[in-house]
Amino acid sequence: MSEPTAEPDPGLSAGPDQGRVVLDADDIARALTRISHEILERNKGAEDLILLGLQTRGVPLAKRIAEKISEVEGAAIATGSLDVTMYRDDLRSHPTRTPHRTALPPHGIDGKTVVLVDDVLYSGRTIRAALDALSDLGRPAAVRLAVLVDRGHRELPIRADHVGKNLPTARAERVRLRLVETDGLDEVRITDTSMGEAR
Amino acid sequence: MTRHLLSIDDVSAAEIHELFETAAEMHDVQRREVKKLPALRGRTVINLFFEDSTRTRSSFEIAGKWLSADVINLSAKGSSTSKGESLRDTVLTVTAMGIDGLVMRHSASGAAHQVAQWLDIPVINAGDGMHEHPTQALLDGYTLTRRLGTLEGKHVAIVGDLTHSRVFRSNIKSLAKLGARVTVVAPPTLMPSGVGDWSNEAGFATCYDLDAVLPEVDAVMMLRVQKERMSGGYFPTAREYTVGYGLTRPRLALLKPGTPILHPGPMNRGLEIAADAADAADSLILDQVSAGVAVRMAVLYHLLAGEEALA
Repeated sequence: MSEPTAEPDPGLSAGPDQGRVVLDADDIARALTRISHEILERNKGAEDLILLGLQTRGVPLAKRIAEKISEVEGAAIATGSLDVTMYRDDLRSHPTRTPHRTALPPHGIDGKTVVLVDDVLYSGRTIRAALDALSDLGRPAAVRLAVLVDRGHRELPIRADHVGKNLPTARAERVRLRLVETDGLDEVRITDTSMGEAR
Repeated sequence: MTRHLLSIDDVSAAEIHELFETAAEMHDVQRREVKKLPALRGRTVINLFFEDSTRTRSSFEIAGKWLSADVINLSAKGSSTSKGESLRDTVLTVTAMGIDGLVMRHSASGAAHQVAQWLDIPVINAGDGMHEHPTQALLDGYTLTRRLGTLEGKHVAIVGDLTHSRVFRSNIKSLAKLGARVTVVAPPTLMPSGVGDWSNEAGFATCYDLDAVLPEVDAVMMLRVQKERMSGGYFPTAREYTVGYGLTRPRLALLKPGTPILHPGPMNRGLEIAADAADAADSLILDQVSAGVAVRMAVLYHLLAGEEALA
């Protein structure tokens, strides 16, 4: 097992191995497989489908789902990444952050079905920002949302179309997802923390 | 990053790379159908130019507008400065209207530093006399990095009117931070006085023979002969300058194949740079202009978008 490669999350006050594991690698793999099938079923095939991962951990998740779908369909699925830093409504209450990469498939998103992929759905503000960003990038035929974990506590009228796991949480709890691509292992943990956190 | 961008001294090597990363994202916006990001919505930026400028001012204006800021251009020619108002009164007056950032160009070296001490909003130096032009150096570094991959260990020649050049003074600092080796070339009359000690300290080389330098370098940056700052007597005739220090057609053959050519503009075609060089396939002069918008967007974003920007 390799060491975590990504930069440590600055909001993480507790150590990375504190709290309890709610999804392990197998659970995550099963959840992603189910989401992949749901997306295919909902879209009636893989035609005109784009999986757009939200930076940062939505990006590897989108790639994994795309791989699973192409295993079933036998054709490559277009993926991309979307960074919503510039569109966040809390941009002014944080120190300026360097935006991550936004990369669209070569033919853009016009007329396509875009599935936004994110790790944890919480307040819904990231998704609102993503919808704003999408409207500056083109006009998709439809936009759907797939998340690995829905932890509740929505602050906006936003819901996911495909959910890997509904995880009832308290606001004081922290949901932390780690992925092989960014952190060296696959797991979702819940940590109890008296400090509030952003996600 | 500091609150202002007055000099390349204000940014570390790591911050320059961070700015380049942001600029690369901004660069993509230029190719979009909707060239707009909401990051500076509700912010107002004023471009206060006491000296003529086409590309820098329009570049800052476009950069601000694409980030959704309200941008106001004020040139000193049509302002109360021509009625005798002091610099201090002018900047205090315009900032009292409630602006969030000031982009300033002035013919006096150090003007932006002085103004930054009077104001509690971010000030960006868009050129102060013969002192610094940090966003130009950043866009040059960004353009070269995109072309060469990295500037670490690369050899860059800066050629021309060094004495009057703020572009040169900023580039010396930023190219050093990016790890490049610099050789500056100029006729003795246009080499800044005291360059010996300075070059030892800052770690660049000086040379008076352009033909000897050209085959050695990975990039060549030509500077404009600044006639407006010359009181005369720097070189006998324009022809003589071109023969000794212009990037002419025969000199192009001395460069290694594919060596990129830069010029901050505006160009004196036929004086410091021949049309064959300016329009060559390896000329990055228009890339510099387009990079200018992206880099200035990155600078405005980092200085004005986050909470540090709130006074």
